[in-house]
Amino acid sequence: MAAHGHSDDGTDFAHPLPVSALLAVFFALVLLTIVTVAQASFDLGSFDIALVMGIATLKALLVALFFMHLAFDKPFNLIVFLSGFVFVGLFVILTLSDSKLTSPSFEPIRDEPVAVGDV
Amino acid sequence: MATIDTPAPASEDHAHDHHDHDHPEWLAHHFDTPEQQFDSGKLGIWLFLVTEVLFFSGMFCAYAIFRMLRPEVFEGCSEFLNTKLGAINTGVLLFSSLTMAWAVRCSQTEEHKKLVAMIATTLSCAMIFLGVKAIEYSHKWEIGLLPPGSFFYDPANPHPEGAPPYLLYLCLPFAIAAVGVIIWALVAWVANKKFQLAVAKPLVVVCLCFFVGVGLGRILEGAEGNGAHEGDSHHASAAHVAGDGHSDDGHAADAHAAGEHAEGHHGESEGEAHASSEMEHEAAVAADGTGPASDGQLAGVEVLAQSELNTGARAMLEAQRAQSQLATGKVTTSIDQADPGIAEIEGNVLTPRQAGVFFGIYYCMTGIHAIHILAGIGVLVWLLVRAVRQDFNRQYFGPVDYVGLYWHLVDLIWIYLFPLLYLIR
Repeated sequence: MAAHGHSDDGTDFAHPLPVSALLAVFFALVLLTIVTVAQASFDLGSFDIALVMGIATLKALLVALFFMHLAFDKPFNLIVFLSGFVFVGLFVILTLSDSKLTSPSFEPIRDEPVAVGDV
Repeated sequence: MATIDTPAPASEDHAHDHHDHDHPEWLAHHFDTPEQQFDSGKLGIWLFLVTEVLFFSGMFCAYAIFRMLRPEVFEGCSEFLNTKLGAINTGVLLFSSLTMAWAVRCSQTEEHKKLVAMIATTLSCAMIFLGVKAIEYSHKWEIGLLPPGSFFYDPANPHPEGAPPYLLYLCLPFAIAAVGVIIWALVAWVANKKFQLAVAKPLVVVCLCFFVGVGLGRILEGAEGNGAHEGDSHHASAAHVAGDGHSDDGHAADAHAAGEHAEGHHGESEGEAHASSEMEHEAAVAADGTGPASDGQLAGVEVLAQSELNTGARAMLEAQRAQSQLATGKVTTSIDQADPGIAEIEGNVLTPRQAGVFFGIYYCMTGIHAIHILAGIGVLVWLLVRAVRQDFNRQYFGPVDYVGLYWHLVDLIWIYLFPLLYLIR
């Protein structure tokens, strides 16, 4: 129901997403959720977490580009959002590698025995 | 003195409906055009979302570190998280994202009644999410799955008596809010205050949806509750059955729905089958005195031992015999039988220092996410009031758009939380 041709003075900047597009994205997201839950039944070893993260990132892309309108916005918003992830990457990678390299030297693994009544 | 080049000064007596270039009420005076106002606000909210992403990334980093260092703790504890409830919460939040994006569309096309309905639906979905969360949390608190300082889960006694009614405590504030809103709606209806009634009516539905979520969680938790706890006790006893196979191998047939229940039973029956066949094996060992799995390895030794001069071979056979008599487990050459599988691992990780840390991370991440949902509910109620007042139009829909962006981010974070916490194997 967008009224085009009403006045061409640059005030019609709204870009309503068509309902069909909204529903299509929603059903794609639900489908990917089902895939995620289903794949948890299969043991794929170390490939497991990569696949799970891959599907989650695909869902995130769908939400970001369509629901959050990034595909139709001024590109600067997208640049701002992505730059956040650059810093997240720096943060997580550096912290994780440091932890992996130095954790064994902190303290030995001291786990109490299980409080089971009778072995 | 307005000339052609300078804009007319904002006058105090605006007509009620303004769409021309003199500043309408909804256009702040430091902006020249509605589009500029919208773009500025949009940049602002995106910057805020970046800070939110960095905020959550701290917790994701903690998760990554602890999972990297002790993966078996995460695998063992993830079984306590009800995948079905998590999947339902994911679906509910995805649907709320749909209605939120639709609400943004409605504000841009000036469909005011639909906008109110969409915002109310988003709010209801948020409440259902919180209701399911309340069930999950209260159940875990009752059985002691808590952060390290308070962790008291005991696999030998999974259901301690005398736990405080946590679910009641969690439902109380929402029940009070629901009663309050219903009273407000009734008063507004009797006093014929149309605007207040128009706001209160959807809010009644919203508040009651919390209990829809609680009911939903109750039904699903109750259906699996018996199964899951049988699984727990099976797991505890299975830990002492040597050579229990992997108790959660691919159950591709059913989705995780009944999977947890079936896994417990399946694992136990596998374990029993294993145990009985091993006991037969050990009996066979004791009978003829030769080592088990003597396929080809000890055959040569036996041949040598037949001569009395080969004391070394004889000693080796003696050692084998003594070992098979002393050992309560079994001697095996197969690595698959030696791997105790996840059932035994779970029995070992349920200590404050291990499982407690997992649940500390779990409560931190889901708890702060739930706080964000609560904040989102507050902002959406404000938005609902404005929508009933028909504040938004084709050129002024910023607030709906910005709250929508925030809500989609909350959904995004749950999209990542769900597989990382609930779907570990």
